[in-house]
Amino acid sequence: MKHILRAASALSLMLTLLFFSSCARRPKIQRGDIEQSAIATYVAPGDMDESYIFYSGGQSGNVYVAGIPSLRHIATIPVFTPYPGTGYGFDRETKTMLGRFTWGDVHHPALSETNGDYDGRWLFVNDNANNRVARIDLRDFKTKEIFGPIPNVSGNHGSSFVTPNTEYVLSASRFSVPLPKGTYAPIEQYASTYHGVVSGLMIDSQTGHIGLGWQIMMPPFDFDLGASGKLDSNGWAFWTSYNSERATGKLEVTSTQKDRDYIAAVNWKAAEEAVKQGKFKTMDGAKIIDPRDVPGLVYLVPCSKSPHGVDVTPDGKYFIGSGKLIGVTTVFSFAKLQKAIQDKNFAGNEDGIPVVNYDAVKEAEVNVGLGPLHTQFDDKGYAYTSLFVESAIAKWKLGTWEVVDKIPVSYNIGHLAVPGSDTVHPQGKYVLALNKLSHGRHLNVGPSQPESSQLIDITGDKMKLLADAFTEPEPHFAQIITANRLKPIEVYPQGENKDPNAIWDVKDAKVERNGSNVVVHMTAVRSNYEPNKFEVNQGDHVTIYLTNIEQTTDELHGFGLEEYNMQVVVDPGETKTIDFVADKPGVFAYYCTNFCSALHQEMQGYLLVKPKGGTSASAAKSGPSHPQLVKLRSHENGQGGDHAATR
Amino acid sequence: MPQPVNISAPATSAPQRESFLLKEAKFFDRPLGLASRITIFLAALLLLPVFFYPLYSMTLYSNQFPDGLKLDIYAGTLRGGQSAVRDDLREINSLNHYIGMHPLQEADFTEFQWIPLMLGFFIILSLRSVVIGKMSGLVDTLVLFAWFGLFAFWHFYSRLYMYGHNLDPTAAIKIKPFTPPLFGSQQMGNFTVYNYPAVGTYLMLGFAVLLALGILLSAGRKQKLEAV
Repeated sequence: MKHILRAASALSLMLTLLFFSSCARRPKIQRGDIEQSAIATYVAPGDMDESYIFYSGGQSGNVYVAGIPSLRHIATIPVFTPYPGTGYGFDRETKTMLGRFTWGDVHHPALSETNGDYDGRWLFVNDNANNRVARIDLRDFKTKEIFGPIPNVSGNHGSSFVTPNTEYVLSASRFSVPLPKGTYAPIEQYASTYHGVVSGLMIDSQTGHIGLGWQIMMPPFDFDLGASGKLDSNGWAFWTSYNSERATGKLEVTSTQKDRDYIAAVNWKAAEEAVKQGKFKTMDGAKIIDPRDVPGLVYLVPCSKSPHGVDVTPDGKYFIGSGKLIGVTTVFSFAKLQKAIQDKNFAGNEDGIPVVNYDAVKEAEVNVGLGPLHTQFDDKGYAYTSLFVESAIAKWKLGTWEVVDKIPVSYNIGHLAVPGSDTVHPQGKYVLALNKLSHGRHLNVGPSQPESSQLIDITGDKMKLLADAFTEPEPHFAQIITANRLKPIEVYPQGENKDPNAIWDVKDAKVERNGSNVVVHMTAVRSNYEPNKFEVNQGDHVTIYLTNIEQTTDELHGFGLEEYNMQVVVDPGETKTIDFVADKPGVFAYYCTNFCSALHQEMQGYLLVKPKGGTSASAAKSGPSHPQLVKLRSHENGQGGDHAATR
Repeated sequence: MPQPVNISAPATSAPQRESFLLKEAKFFDRPLGLASRITIFLAALLLLPVFFYPLYSMTLYSNQFPDGLKLDIYAGTLRGGQSAVRDDLREINSLNHYIGMHPLQEADFTEFQWIPLMLGFFIILSLRSVVIGKMSGLVDTLVLFAWFGLFAFWHFYSRLYMYGHNLDPTAAIKIKPFTPPLFGSQQMGNFTVYNYPAVGTYLMLGFAVLLALGILLSAGRKQKLEAV
């Protein structure tokens, strides 16, 4: 009996020990300190946020505006995609601007700069898909210009970073193709006949108008992200590249074989000069420079394994590249680059472009952690690098190059944004983590999960998580500017409305016919349209110049037209052009879609379209005579009863 | 001279050795008492759940998987944690492709054939001892089981080594070859990997302990035997 007891107790002791040792400590789910975070991020009703965030909207083609520190979404600025919310892409002006595309892939917003600081004038955004750049005017938060498709640039990802005086918006090819675009060459010739392009789009300093500047023909690497030099490095631009292997096929393997790819360092002042001296070819209307013709124009700086982000320190002395497949962020010295160029300290060349010696240019390798992507800077000499694989942000000190803190984020961070980081005077205070995955941190909304943003306090020694927010697809980068630097208008002043078709008095409202063209000058004001009815013939081309004659903030009026797929919103003092062919006979209501006043529901009118061949219902073109069949048909095609009623 | 000592030594020890061997032979011939047989029967019962419970559990935690990716190794199969949001085995294999690790798949594990076979074998062997009730059979079972256990352990370790070292040289992310721990935790890339024996292994250990207990319980039957 003794034996049994002894053995049994020994056995149970052993099992208990094993059981407890296997209950490993779980890492904690990331949470902020409630009291601290609440005080830091609570914006009481009636109070306002201190800064604007401009999120790129990725494949949605939009830009989202939110506030710091609340992270509340405030407005959506449609750029490359029709947006019925504001009637964008329905009126003639915006429809013309969108052209034949109905979407874009917005990646990197860039605020315009003067002397290396945000001047609050414009926000530029790139379109990775259709190779365009758009300009948003920050006076009214409206897209004013879409430029492109840019000749010769394919996959405009390394864009739309600006130079310190907004001389240029950067642009580059992520997907090298045979040039000019429209040329065919078999994929087997990729390494030799395909080309990437890096480019500067010239910005008119008065109007912000975007034009072609210079382009440089590059080897077929995948140019990824860009940055402008400033102060010491002003006049230079930098782009990372992957696939220096010049590989095709399964790039996740074929383009990741070399231990180093390149950062292209471009002397854009030399590019400007070369264009002046005529050292370029014209290709598809763009001035494109062969770097072999202009020595000193481009250098390639080896950077560890498939680098993604490149960022220039606020003093312009260093540019920082992060090899995303290795746990190292590399700091390069601009001064050392200049010396290496002077000493011709080269390790070789790629299609005639000198490759500088890595060791001659490298200032430091910082062991930040796994999957480093982008680096931002604060006002105290610290850098913040996003770590995609590790789902964390590493904080490190410029100069000592030591990692001083790390904070986990939820989850898989891409870009990060510190207010003013890309200027010469970063503001610091916060870092905004722009995460790709958000699973489990919000109410379940099904498989299509939103992205997440996290606001992190960086004022102390330890970074502190303050808030989570969930953003529509899909913010890549963001720009943050303090509220006092923007002075947006709230109404379009009547005196500034230069539209020749604007009318300001209901008495001036009119309907004119010129052949089959019907032109309507229409007013919208609480709570009516003038005219509130007009007749056209089936097949007429109708143009409505709609002016919102209000001069009161927030008094927007919409113009929705039944079954004509038309939805426009006019802001106070704004005129928009609505045009369509009245191809459907019948009577259709137009009504105010943007709630305006107590009698908003009554703000409506009728478009009467007389059928071809007479106004009598029986004279309408032959249709199914059996009433039940009519009913069935109208169900099937969803046209409703009106259509049938005219027959 | 040391020789005489050498000659005289065997003379005195020979009968002793003989009696020792005899004693041992008698020990192995000893019948097992009821308590032993019940203990052995219980031990055999302990092996039954081993077919259904994992032998080893690996959990991988990272910032993006605070709930952990789970991988359970059973006697006859490999199963990742299953939830509404994820199939952990599939996820582990997707992640491992970046470092060029061979995908974990059931077909590659010969263990899944021979471990269940051996478990059945040991259940039958122990039931045999319950019925026939000879000490020698019981000792054989325990010794063979110890060998099986150690061999399985070694095999499992070499599996872990193989997976961590046969990395595709063309993988996008190059990492130092590694061996996950057999018992404990280790940082591997952005993951903290915890690897511990699970219920099945503890039951097998329990089986061995109960067999040993069965031996002990009948070792006390020596006097009775001599009296017969």
